[in-house]
Amino acid sequence: MLEVNNILLLLVILINFFTLGSARLGACIRAVALQGAILSLLPLTVHGLNAHSLVLSGGAFVLKGVFIPWLLFRAIREVRIRREVEPRIGFVPTMILGALTTAGSFIFAGYLPLATEHQGTLFIPTALATLFTGFLLLITRRKAITQVLGYLMLENGIFVFAVLLSTAMPLMVEAGVLLDLMVAIFVMGIVLNQINREFATLNTERLSALKE
Amino acid sequence: MITGILSHIVLLLLFSPLLLGVIGKTKALFAGRCGAPLLQPYFDLRKLFGKGFVFSETTTWVFLAGPILAAAVPLLAALLIPFGALAAPVSFSGDLILFVYLFGLARFFTAASALDTGSSFEGMGAAREVTFACLVEPTVLFVFIVLARLSGSLSLGGMFGSTLAASWLSGGPALGLVLVCLFVVLLAENSRIPFDDPNTHLELTMIHEVMVLDHSGPAFGMILYGSAMKLFVLGALLVRLALPWQTGSALLDGLLFIAGMLLLAVMIGAVESTMARLRLVRIPQLLIGTTLIALFAMVLVLR
Repeated sequence: MLEVNNILLLLVILINFFTLGSARLGACIRAVALQGAILSLLPLTVHGLNAHSLVLSGGAFVLKGVFIPWLLFRAIREVRIRREVEPRIGFVPTMILGALTTAGSFIFAGYLPLATEHQGTLFIPTALATLFTGFLLLITRRKAITQVLGYLMLENGIFVFAVLLSTAMPLMVEAGVLLDLMVAIFVMGIVLNQINREFATLNTERLSALKE
Repeated sequence: MITGILSHIVLLLLFSPLLLGVIGKTKALFAGRCGAPLLQPYFDLRKLFGKGFVFSETTTWVFLAGPILAAAVPLLAALLIPFGALAAPVSFSGDLILFVYLFGLARFFTAASALDTGSSFEGMGAAREVTFACLVEPTVLFVFIVLARLSGSLSLGGMFGSTLAASWLSGGPALGLVLVCLFVVLLAENSRIPFDDPNTHLELTMIHEVMVLDHSGPAFGMILYGSAMKLFVLGALLVRLALPWQTGSALLDGLLFIAGMLLLAVMIGAVESTMARLRLVRIPQLLIGTTLIALFAMVLVLR
């Protein structure tokens, strides 16, 4: 099982890099959806087949892998944008930053006082790296929709942490987190539409120019 | 050792143009055409070597040095690496540096012979070629560091030697990443499609083809043969990494290796048929991304 976990987590990290380097919104949404779907397999591979992990994994798959991507695709279809033009920091520098933070999280995870069964696994570094990638997306992109993707990725990172703890965490807490996420994406979808209606573009920097 | 050298050279000389034939045939099948015969590259080479040299009056000896080195370097580099389970005939500590810079030497002289013609068009091609090459080089070195760390050896013969199968068990994820990186390096170094189109003669898009426009006859034949051998040598690294088994019998090992190489050629053909050429500004982005993945693989094994 350890091998399967490692491969899944490596795929997650590769998707991080891909999302940082890709300019097409459709490809980015698909990548984040795939990442969510891969992560939803983790409870099963870590804790084995039981009702708890099945519910968690099914819920995460439906929400992260199907529902939210569908919402986002609807959003970009309605506002008719295809690609992220000129991010605040270029694609190559963000990718290099992403690699640095990934390497950093591997080094940092080595110093954390972890439970012995978590030491030396890829879980903690991957969680940290995905968190940082989410941050980078949030910081460097101009389009509101890529920022939503950054937020989603941040949540994916937290999910990896949660998987390690999920035997100790009651189901209700996880359901609450997933619900929060869904509500947040919903609100962002509405906000996206509002920004678009007001300015005919999704560039968030226009928002700071509101002085009246 | 002498038989090792001979068998390496014979394999390389005999089979390298066949790879180009297989790639061409695969592309033809994808396009629904019948395609040129599998042995077409051999006929092309025979035709080119049957012609005479034509030299422009403005060129110097450098113009001929490019093609000669392009053909000689892969022959030398092939001696440093194992072909499948056939051990490398020449192996010493640190030969990975020699391997990388032998190809660097060939590139330098190809670019220099392009500049020697005095055509601004070829100068542009040379500039592109060296730009992309210096983005590929870090990837290759990181890949070699990962392999050196896993095998504990500093020679290519050791890194791709019999310990490889055991390395897959201890460092599987890192080796998987390395495999992807090497495939990208193979495509970029041999100017295959996502990076450069070997068939195009459209001035603004080509990279490698631009530099060899003024070569003709045997000189062009040497360049073609050299690039086929380069594909074979770099492909041999990839195939060895993907199929790390030793069967014990030299014949079976050789057959496994040739089968792997043909499979690789089919894969390259499939990639070329299904992907579009990247825009020129996107190429550095992809190459830097590959370098970062290689760097990440290194972090995985160093940790």
